Amino acid sequence: MTSMQTTPPVTTVAPSAARSKGRRFSGPRQTLGLIREAHGIGKFMLWSGIVLSTLFVLTALLAPWISPYDFDTYQDGGERFPKLGEPSGTNTFGTTVQSLDVLSRVIWGARTALEVMVLAVVFSLIVGVLLGLVSGFFGGWLDRILVLIMDTLFAFPYLLLAIVAAFMFQGLPGGGVLTTAIAITVVYIPQYFRVVRASTLSAREAMYVEAARAIGAKPGTIMRRYIFGNVIQSVPVITTVNAADALSTLAGLGFLGFGIQPTEAAEWGYDVSRALTDINADIWWTATFPCVAIVLAILGFTLLGEGLNDVLNPTMRRRKISKVIIPALTKPRTVVTVAAVPAQADAPAAESTETEAEPAAADGAESTETAETAETAGSEQPQEEGK
Amino acid sequence: MSQKSGSLGRYFVIRLAMAVPMVLILLTLVFFMLRVAPGDPVTASAGGAKMTAEQIAAKRHAAGFDRPLINQYGEYLGNVVKGDFGTTISDHRKVTDIIVENGGATLTLALAALFVALVVGLPLGLLAGRYRDTGFDVAIRLFGIVTYAAPAFVLGALAQIVFVKKLGWLDDSSLQASPLIQASVPTKSHILIVDAAMAGDWNAVHNIFLHLILPSVTLGLIIVGVFIRMVRVNLIQTLRGDYVEAARARGIREHKVVTKHAFRNALIPVITVIGMQVALLLGGSVLTEKTFSWPGLGNQLINYLNARDYIAVQGIVTFIAVVVIVIGILIDFVNALIDPRVRY
Repeated sequence: MTSMQTTPPVTTVAPSAARSKGRRFSGPRQTLGLIREAHGIGKFMLWSGIVLSTLFVLTALLAPWISPYDFDTYQDGGERFPKLGEPSGTNTFGTTVQSLDVLSRVIWGARTALEVMVLAVVFSLIVGVLLGLVSGFFGGWLDRILVLIMDTLFAFPYLLLAIVAAFMFQGLPGGGVLTTAIAITVVYIPQYFRVVRASTLSAREAMYVEAARAIGAKPGTIMRRYIFGNVIQSVPVITTVNAADALSTLAGLGFLGFGIQPTEAAEWGYDVSRALTDINADIWWTATFPCVAIVLAILGFTLLGEGLNDVLNPTMRRRKISKVIIPALTKPRTVVTVAAVPAQADAPAAESTETEAEPAAADGAESTETAETAETAGSEQPQEEGK
Repeated sequence: MSQKSGSLGRYFVIRLAMAVPMVLILLTLVFFMLRVAPGDPVTASAGGAKMTAEQIAAKRHAAGFDRPLINQYGEYLGNVVKGDFGTTISDHRKVTDIIVENGGATLTLALAALFVALVVGLPLGLLAGRYRDTGFDVAIRLFGIVTYAAPAFVLGALAQIVFVKKLGWLDDSSLQASPLIQASVPTKSHILIVDAAMAGDWNAVHNIFLHLILPSVTLGLIIVGVFIRMVRVNLIQTLRGDYVEAARARGIREHKVVTKHAFRNALIPVITVIGMQVALLLGGSVLTEKTFSWPGLGNQLINYLNARDYIAVQGIVTFIAVVVIVIGILIDFVNALIDPRVRY
């Protein structure tokens, strides 16, 4: 095993979850605290990520009000826009070969992207987390089959998978947005599945779960009340990274012509593919603006994910040393050892699926998390004790 | 876990055995996903031309599409084992021929992109890790993030605008010259640049090389970000290692500690990363090929997808996926050779 596999067991929250029974999501306050404490490049990335993605979401939500025209309007007041018109007063970003206003298409494109992104992330989150929980908790043949399928999907070039899926779902009712979202979902389910399954495996062995089982809790209850809260911890960072990837896959699909139909909505990828021929004719505005929009939108979520990772990942963050050391020494050490148990319990669990080790780091974001095992407990504990 | 870890041979066999169900699942998934898809390749391949119902039925029968799905599936599996990916519906080419003819262009592009990514990514990653938290580090990381965030076709389109149109440094980058070169050079390896070199046609080699620059940089930049962050994180972690501390304690100069002791260990995982990027690389090459009209497999794939020719799509997709899996195995094997801890 490479050292990769220790990622998910950030689950070391076990003790805190056990301590305060009612609190399922142990740690939003902790997380906020860490975000406030952020400094340096982590802070910069986090905040620029927040700003960019907020901008993207606002553009998408306010599209009907801020966009000068509709995404398929080619005239204003009975006067047809020029074909491939240069950026001007009426058309700030110029017009396309179909006399469509580039600025309006860019703004409406944000809305399409947001719709698809939200649907895709929510779908894959639900399916992936559910499958991961069930698979990790029950084990057995179901687990093996699911792991095999998910590993296969994971090894597949994601864009190809999305293309094949988009191809398959093409005729579905619900239109291009839904179809594309489902196609993208197929690609990202495995990511959630792997992470959630791995942390379920380690949480399953934890003492407090054992205790729950001993007092006769049903499997459903255990999963819902005891494991879910722990497992869900590792999901937010993946979600932001996935949001970025979903945008990029959507644009890629659109570029190749397998996404949303142009009559249905404005889509950046499609616009860029149409604009490629314009480039040869020395027309820069039709390609540049959707391109920049794609980059900024993806960049926003990527930075957000990176920033969160930087801020929440103890091995990547530079701590303020003075505070931490003293309480850790004065407090009884037992706290730390309890925290360390689940992390170790994970080792045999990770062994069971060998293939998991290599692609686990496929995504850069995950790989940086790798080292955040027991250290999470070590560094978080003193803060908690201080309260 | 088990300390009595097996031999290299045993590891290889296990790893190989694990890949078999993976390939099988993959074949099955691709097969059924494409069959479920709406749209008929026979009518689509007729392209506009009106056919009578009988003609269509006859064509469907000839292609074997009217048989039960399960029979088609069995036959398909049997053929794949024999290395036969079928014959396309739309233009009656053998899929293996397409792979041979267009695979070369994709291989050229992928290798060139990997080269770009390594040449740019490794030094930058090492620098960022070495000078952690300095302006250097910040700039390099942001560079990695931005290039990772931009899809291949976006970089490609912007590169065309900036370098071809605005600055005029490069010629239009589509390989439009390729049929000409192809005609003038005897086909041996199906890799144009190799063929041209073998024929001693250095003008053609130069021409192809110029056309290769933008696509390979575009595709390479996509994976550069992954290299940068991987190398950076590894170096930071390596620099924390006890043996690095020990080297420092012995009084070895910091510069030497970093270059002699830390770099090498930090670079080992790069092999794994390369293996994992193959999927990203091949996926990205579809976009890059389309952007630059590069005559590779990805471009063919898109054409056949538009023709709804699922035999061709199935063949090409399966081939690419098998390549990814095989390279994964090879990489694991190399890793096991280098690092005995990996074996089980």
